[in-house]
Formats: sequence, structure tokens, C-alpha cells
Amino acid sequence: MTTPPPGFTFTFDGEPVPARSGQSVAAALIASGRRSWRHTRTEGRPRGVFCGIGVCFDCLVTVNGRPNHRACLVEARPGDTVSTQEGAGHDDLAC
Amino acid sequence: MGAACAYYCATAGLRVSVVERGAIGSGTTSACEGNILVSDKEPGPELDLALLSSRLWRRIGEELVRSTIEYEAKGGVVVAGSPDSADGLRHLTAGQRTTGVDAVDIGPDELFELEPNVTRQAVGGAFYAQDAQVQPVLATAQLLRRARMLGATVHPGTGVTGFVRDGQGAVTGVRTDSADTPVLYAQWVINAAGTWAGQLSELAGAPVPVLPRKGFILVTEPLPRVVRHKVYTAEYVANVASSDAGLETSVVVEGTRAGTVLIGASRERVGFDRSISLPVLRKLAAQAIGVFPFLADVSLLRTYLGFRPYCPDHLPVIGPDPRAPGLLHACGHEGAGIGLAGATGHLLAQHLSGEKPDLDLTPFRPDRFEEATP
Repeated sequence: MTTPPPGFTFTFDGEPVPARSGQSVAAALIASGRRSWRHTRTEGRPRGVFCGIGVCFDCLVTVNGRPNHRACLVEARPGDTVSTQEGAGHDDLAC
Repeated sequence: MGAACAYYCATAGLRVSVVERGAIGSGTTSACEGNILVSDKEPGPELDLALLSSRLWRRIGEELVRSTIEYEAKGGVVVAGSPDSADGLRHLTAGQRTTGVDAVDIGPDELFELEPNVTRQAVGGAFYAQDAQVQPVLATAQLLRRARMLGATVHPGTGVTGFVRDGQGAVTGVRTDSADTPVLYAQWVINAAGTWAGQLSELAGAPVPVLPRKGFILVTEPLPRVVRHKVYTAEYVANVASSDAGLETSVVVEGTRAGTVLIGASRERVGFDRSISLPVLRKLAAQAIGVFPFLADVSLLRTYLGFRPYCPDHLPVIGPDPRAPGLLHACGHEGAGIGLAGATGHLLAQHLSGEKPDLDLTPFRPDRFEEATP
């Protein structure tokens, strides 16, 4: 018998999401019933996991204020602030 | 360069064949930034060529539809980081204005209005309305497409292995490594082999000293519009004209249609060495952050490098070669190949059609290097 890894939560757009140690942000988001966490740059379409193995860059998400993390590769950490990425995720820089 | 020559020659009614060793645009074209600049040149024959080319690119943009080649007349902004640089820049712009360059000296307030994200350490600069850019690979493909519509044939994956000469020694065609077209006969052959034009000229027995200068470019993650113009530092102009063999970096920053920001450009004379140099990349990145501090929090996606074809006197080689009748050159444009391609193709097409070229080709003549070294 192996004991399941300890659980914790991070927040996604302000709501708590349960996760387990070693789980990717994408896995935790999907387990919580969420399927998309980004809107595309040109047409604002929803995107979530596509390849799931770090190749396609479709699952980009903003983690702790930094955009363009691949949710399928980033390990969830207790207390992370994850948020929906709008476009390139750098709207604050636009001029 | 070859595509622009083909486009103008085909437009002039000549029957054109393009022989390309690799894929279309696979040389320096796909490893550059697509600059069409008048701002980085001092008054002289190269600036005259750049001014003509800037007008011709605008015309090409109209004919091929700007969006298909991502032609953007965005203008250039040169940033002076110190009063000394600003003085040097004002001296340059004064000279450029006498030759027809639209160069406006600007103070810090105008600079920050043109480029809101630029460092507040800057003391001023210059604005050049004529500076533009294209996506170079798209431009090459579209120029060749138009040339083919006018009857040109294109042979990609076909390397030139030698030249055909007649009894008097005139060039009458090329031999290739292709089984389909082992020989192509022609009244004229244009050497537009980019950084490899020196090697090709030796095959023809009419050598021109075209050498590689290595340059890295950094590519950021996609961003909203953060850089409005082509932006570079006043030190860039000094480096473009420099003959120093060591590493030089002076930053050029620009946005692209795709959202990525391109950061160039290092310059190293290290032959055809394709190895990645982390210290060079770091230096480029640090200089870019110096001009645009927000870049410190932006990730890079990748880098690429290319070999700029330069001649010892920093002028291109354009025109007929008296040492090998039938052979013409269109090479040695260094980091300005895309920008100067329009004028080069146009002038050669005029020459081959028996017209008087719009510019005197004497400063660019292929045999000038022999006179220099008796």
C-alpha cells in the first residue's frame, strides 16, 4: 500500500483548487472540472490541454503573475496564484 | 537578392532562370530581420542606393500587396543614451538630410511619445520616417512568384558547380549538380550567392572578396504592441560602419506581425562558425534591456544566427565584371541585403536592358579590389 501524497490547494482566478504533491497545474485544473484557462491572442478562443506533454504550447497559463507557463509541465505548489491568460498575457506592456 | 534580380529582370522582359542551391531564401534571407533602413548609413554611395531602394520597396509593396510580404513603413527611432551620442547623431542627421533622408532630431519628450516603453535614461534621438521592414522570406517567395508569372523558372535544390565559357572567355551559362538541368545556358549570369558569392566568383575566375560576418538575433515570446518602430541605439551606426574584427554588439529592437520582438544584432568575424555563444547572447539581451527596461521580465523563445556578406570596404558589388564578360555581381551587401535588394535588382535590370541605370554603378564595380592591392 502506498499512501497518496499530501493534498493542498492553490487558487485559480481566485477560487481554491485542490491538488496533490507532484501534480501538474493542468492535471489539477482538469480534475477540478475546468477545461480551459487561456484565450487566444487574435480571436479570444478558449484553450486548455491539447498535447499534454509540453510540445504544443496550447495550455499556456499565468502562474504567480508570469504568463506563458505550460500548465501540463508546471508542478502545482501550495499557495500558487494561477489565473486565466488573456492573449499574450502581457497586456500591461501594450503601448 | 537573387529574387529581387529575377523580379526586376523578368519585369523588364528578360527570360530568367533562378538557380538556388538550397531552399528558397535559405541563406542569409531567413536569418536576418528584413530591415529596409536609410537611417544607419552615412552619406555616400550606399546611402544613395538605400534611398533608391526604399522608394522601390514601397512600389513593390503596392504591387505585391503589402500584407503578403508584411511590408510595414513603421519608421525608425534612434535612441541617444548620452549627450555625446546625441551630438554625434545630430552631426549624422545633418549630413543625411542633405542627401534626401527624412531625419528629424528629437528631444526626450518626443522620444517617449514615439516609444513609450523606452528607457527614461535616454536624452533624445532621431526619427526616420523612411525606415521600413518586410518579412524577408515572404518577400522572397512573393518576388519569385511574380517573376514566375512573368515567365521565369526557379530551380531550388540546384547548386552551381562551374561556369560555361565560350572561346573568347565570356561566361555563357552555369553547370549544376542537378541531373535534370546539368547545364543552363544564358547570355548573362548574375552572381547573387549572398555570403557564398566570394566562393562562386572564384569558380568563375573573377574573384570578389565577400566574407561572412556572424550575427545573432534573439526572439522574445509573443507580446502585444510594445515597440512601435525600428529602434536602435546611436552606437549602432558606428558599429555598422566598423571594421573591427572583434565582437561588436549594438542593439536593434523591433516588433513583428507575429507578436514576437526581435533583438539584434551582434557582429563577429569568425568565418562560417555556427556555434552558439552564450556570452554574446547575454550581452545582446543586456543591451536590449538597457534600451527597453520592460524586457527584463520577458522570456526569450529562441535565437538564430546568420552570416552577413561583407566586403573589406563595406560597399556591395553590383554590376558587370570586365574580367569575365557575361558575368554580373549582386552581392556583398552585408547586413543590408534585404533593404538594398530592390535597388540592386532594378539597376542590374536597367543595365541588362540597355538603359542608363538610375545610379552610377562605378562605386560598386567588381574589379575595384584589384586596383586597391597592386
